[in-house]
Amino acid sequence: MTRELLDPTSERSPSTRERLARPTSLSGQVVGLLDIHKPRGDIFLDELAGLLTGAGAQVRHYQKPTFTKPAPVDLRHEIATQCTLVIEALAD
Amino acid sequence: MNIPVQRPAPLPDGLVVVVKRDCATCVMVAPLLIDLGATVYTQDDPKFPDGVAAIHDHDLAVSWHHDIETVPTLIKVQGGIEVERTVGWVRDEWRRLTGNALLGEALSAFRPGCGSLSVDPNRVDGLRARFSGHTLKARRVELADLDDEMEILFDRGFTDGLPVVPPTAERVLRMLEGTSRAADEVVAVVAPDLVELTVEKAAINAVMAGCRPEYLPWVLAAVEAVCSDAFNIHGVLATTMPVGPVIVCNGPGTRAIGMNSGVNAMGQGNRANLTIGRAVQLIVRNVGGGRPGEVDRATHGNPGKLSFCFAEREDDSPFTSLAVSRGCSPTDNAVTVFAGEGPRCIVDQKVRTPEELATVFAACLRTLHNPKLVYGFDAILVIGPEHANVCAEAHWDRERLLAEIHQRLQLSGAELVWGAGGIADGVPEQFRDATLPKFRPDGILLVHAGGGAGLFSAMIGGWVNGEMGSQPVTTRVTQRR
Repeated sequence: MTRELLDPTSERSPSTRERLARPTSLSGQVVGLLDIHKPRGDIFLDELAGLLTGAGAQVRHYQKPTFTKPAPVDLRHEIATQCTLVIEALAD
Repeated sequence: MNIPVQRPAPLPDGLVVVVKRDCATCVMVAPLLIDLGATVYTQDDPKFPDGVAAIHDHDLAVSWHHDIETVPTLIKVQGGIEVERTVGWVRDEWRRLTGNALLGEALSAFRPGCGSLSVDPNRVDGLRARFSGHTLKARRVELADLDDEMEILFDRGFTDGLPVVPPTAERVLRMLEGTSRAADEVVAVVAPDLVELTVEKAAINAVMAGCRPEYLPWVLAAVEAVCSDAFNIHGVLATTMPVGPVIVCNGPGTRAIGMNSGVNAMGQGNRANLTIGRAVQLIVRNVGGGRPGEVDRATHGNPGKLSFCFAEREDDSPFTSLAVSRGCSPTDNAVTVFAGEGPRCIVDQKVRTPEELATVFAACLRTLHNPKLVYGFDAILVIGPEHANVCAEAHWDRERLLAEIHQRLQLSGAELVWGAGGIADGVPEQFRDATLPKFRPDGILLVHAGGGAGLFSAMIGGWVNGEMGSQPVTTRVTQRR
């Protein structure tokens, strides 16, 4: 007789998703910079913003209300609809 | 899922009797069944009773589906529906149900029956799995013949690093007997993956943790509390600090399920304490997806993240309990969850006055996380019975003791600013002239627990408090109805 156990997990079969192709150029891209609200994350992201702008990208800034909780759904939606790339900064 | 759905067949109209040979009462009434015109089911010997064409309930399906707990059971059926039954031999009842006023004249008026095979402790789990297993919705993990079930559970990442009890259908169904909540009821949404947790999934993890069914309501209450927005298990997991859910249990139910609030209350050796806390952590891991090295980013962690759960010693406490102080009644069963690190001992064996006690508590609590960090962290103060007696003799209650501790923890900003005392961390320079409290007003949770000997207490440091961190959450336990 087959022995069976019950799956204790969420049963989310991990589906492998293809990554988007890397952009060949930053020119014309809209890059979202998400500050998760840790100290000095803004300093890091401001540095990046300068570099990205210099490379021809358009930069948009976003911030999570607190780093301790997931980004609100609205914020994720906003970034997904307004940007072509996103960089999330962790700092301390 | 290979187990076919088993539906109960209706009983035939008329009289139905369920018997077994291994029952003296059944043997006694057996001669009466020859002319009774009843449909007779026999549980053990297919040839029993002599002279009756009995149906052998070989798989006990009839007995199971019709809730036969005692043999003999006499049932009256009309239109496929049971209208009345009597168990054992009660002559007047048998006469009334059969309409035969002379039935069993030679027999005594009463003789109790025997246990039905369908409720035999050695068979009941297997029967429940066979006849109710299809109600379980969880995906099945099939084991090959050579698979070691303990190793499979490790290999699949289902454990917390210690062996778990394999969650078979039999064990999970038995666990579900511990609650009257439906197996498919959603208990909570578990971070970080934000997955709906059903009672069944909680029961599977409770089995793995080693819980008894009567612990399940406590697991469900604790997991509800942990998954509340106020407690913020996502942040508690993701932080690099060494905290996890600390579960303090209150109410008469803690004694009923044998929880430990006395000697070694926060240590090893008590099944209820350890497995309730462990089940909550397994649920966060397996259902929520909160695993160390993934979302759990703790720099060091602490051994309490396997399980940290204990009961308050209420019977001889001079204080109102933690749950009562948080809005429950003394008769409520409740859990309070707190994002905490491991406990640290507070020793003062010379203390004789409550003022001295408040002073040593304040001195030790000041060091929590960093003597110069204030207001951002809560603490549980677990006062030992001998320390509590010092308060009781001076008629200090919970409020008085906490007020005296808070009063001693109003700190000078000059001692706390960055760099002061040669310690880099602290508060910004702008607070140099301020007086700052170590804790927010409700930031110390007092709990009475521990063994009767030892002028010791313990403190459990918390994580970031308030809206951006974790708030302690108290939830009542829904007992089986």
